[in-house]
Amino acid sequence: MKSFANVNARDVKDAVNKLREPNAVVVGGGSDLLGMVKDHLVQPDVLVNLKTIRGLDQIAAKGPEIHIGGQITLDTLSHNSMIRGDYTVLAEAAESVATPQIRNAGTLAGNVCQRPWCWYYRNNFPCFKNGGSKCFSITGENQFHAIFGGGPSFIVHPSDTAPALVALDAKFRVAGPSGERTLAAADFFALPKVNAARENVLGKDEILVSVSLPKTAKGTRSTYHKVLDREAWTHAVVSAAMVLEMDQQVCKRARIVLGGVAPIPWRLQKVEAILAGQQITPELAAKAGEAAVEGANPLAKNRYKVPLTRNLVRRTLLEMVA
Amino acid sequence: MSKISRRTFFEGTGAGIVAGAVPLRGQQAPAPAPRNTIQITVNGVAHKLEVEDRWTLVEVLRDHLGLTGSKIGCDRGECGACTVLLDGKSVYSCSQLAVWMNGRSIETVEGLSANGRLDPLQEAFIQHDGPQCGFCTSGQLMSAKALLHRNSHPTAEEVRAGMTGNICRCSNYNRYVESVLAAAGTLSADAGGRKA
Repeated sequence: MKSFANVNARDVKDAVNKLREPNAVVVGGGSDLLGMVKDHLVQPDVLVNLKTIRGLDQIAAKGPEIHIGGQITLDTLSHNSMIRGDYTVLAEAAESVATPQIRNAGTLAGNVCQRPWCWYYRNNFPCFKNGGSKCFSITGENQFHAIFGGGPSFIVHPSDTAPALVALDAKFRVAGPSGERTLAAADFFALPKVNAARENVLGKDEILVSVSLPKTAKGTRSTYHKVLDREAWTHAVVSAAMVLEMDQQVCKRARIVLGGVAPIPWRLQKVEAILAGQQITPELAAKAGEAAVEGANPLAKNRYKVPLTRNLVRRTLLEMVA
Repeated sequence: MSKISRRTFFEGTGAGIVAGAVPLRGQQAPAPAPRNTIQITVNGVAHKLEVEDRWTLVEVLRDHLGLTGSKIGCDRGECGACTVLLDGKSVYSCSQLAVWMNGRSIETVEGLSANGRLDPLQEAFIQHDGPQCGFCTSGQLMSAKALLHRNSHPTAEEVRAGMTGNICRCSNYNRYVESVLAAAGTLSADAGGRKA
């Protein structure tokens, strides 16, 4: 690896200050960053280590909300009884990430801010993500690329926890030189037409500090279903994060967000509207599946994602009310 | 240590070349790589080491502590050959900087046996022909160790899930699963991948 200095952050303010050093980058678990340094995708002079910030790896109930420090490991998060019980979709999403070794090191903030795994980007093609002005997937090997929200870049967002957090209507706390701001999870992610070089609204000198989850309504159930192209250790081809607020057999409210199909977690508001106030029957689930793929714009080699998405939405809904 | 390792040899050679080269006009010598001192416990033994910030844990284990049981396969956190336990949990030691390890406790494959006796997992790996070429074996052992720490009586499905982060290019997965079940005492007559 190229030479760099590791500096340990004492607190969030200290981390933000240290990030102002020339060519500094932030590091959490390091699983993604160190690989990118080795592959010459990032060549930092300074690594600002967030793991030394006391308390940033904790889960705490504050009033009606649950606060989760961004440096919590995916393993700890997925085993937390509060998360497993009331926010199942997040526990299942965290548990579905990569491998035990990655989950023991990888953090929630790191998973959310993970860079895309498009093979053109990761192999140093001069694409939008690498500072270029072209997306090589459009005419290339695009079997795992976006069917929604693509253009000019067609990457898919790689995070499993991100769709879960959007489905749970989480709030993200972001710190930067001018202080802290809080934004809805859905507003954290940015389509390529807004910024083709990045996947979210974080400034170069900003840090995702923590997330907070609102209290779940009575009768809420949630799940994360992830379709892989092999049995383990890969990113979602298509995934669905679903949160249903049920009153007996009736779905009062639904939030449904897809992973693996768009450059951001892809919320299905039209499907949510179809389900609201209805009993989820096989017919309604089928209708929801059809609505889920409306407006899909597949590339030459990822058309299979359309029926996969349609069926995943239908089946997951039916399993949730079975 | 006065022993010449491959690393000290190359580093010495590099320094010689730099010192002997005629500096180009206006070109500065590269700044020395930042270093820090860390205190770590490896297999129960405390070490105080000066490390370059960019060195990974597996590089320090292998090149500076002589613990070459942990292997560097992909060096990208994908293959699992470098798996060690960090405070009891499995991690890819190629994806941890040594400088982050200050105050932490690490267990490597060399720490599995005690007083000349192999760990039950190692015995089971031998009994059930776990290793083929053997390159991934130390990582497989450490993942299995972490799994049994958390779940001392896993099912075959749980073993498979617990060891997804370790690739075996000889593809001897069934034997590895069988070995772990045998070590845990949960290998039933029909659960293994092999008939005796």
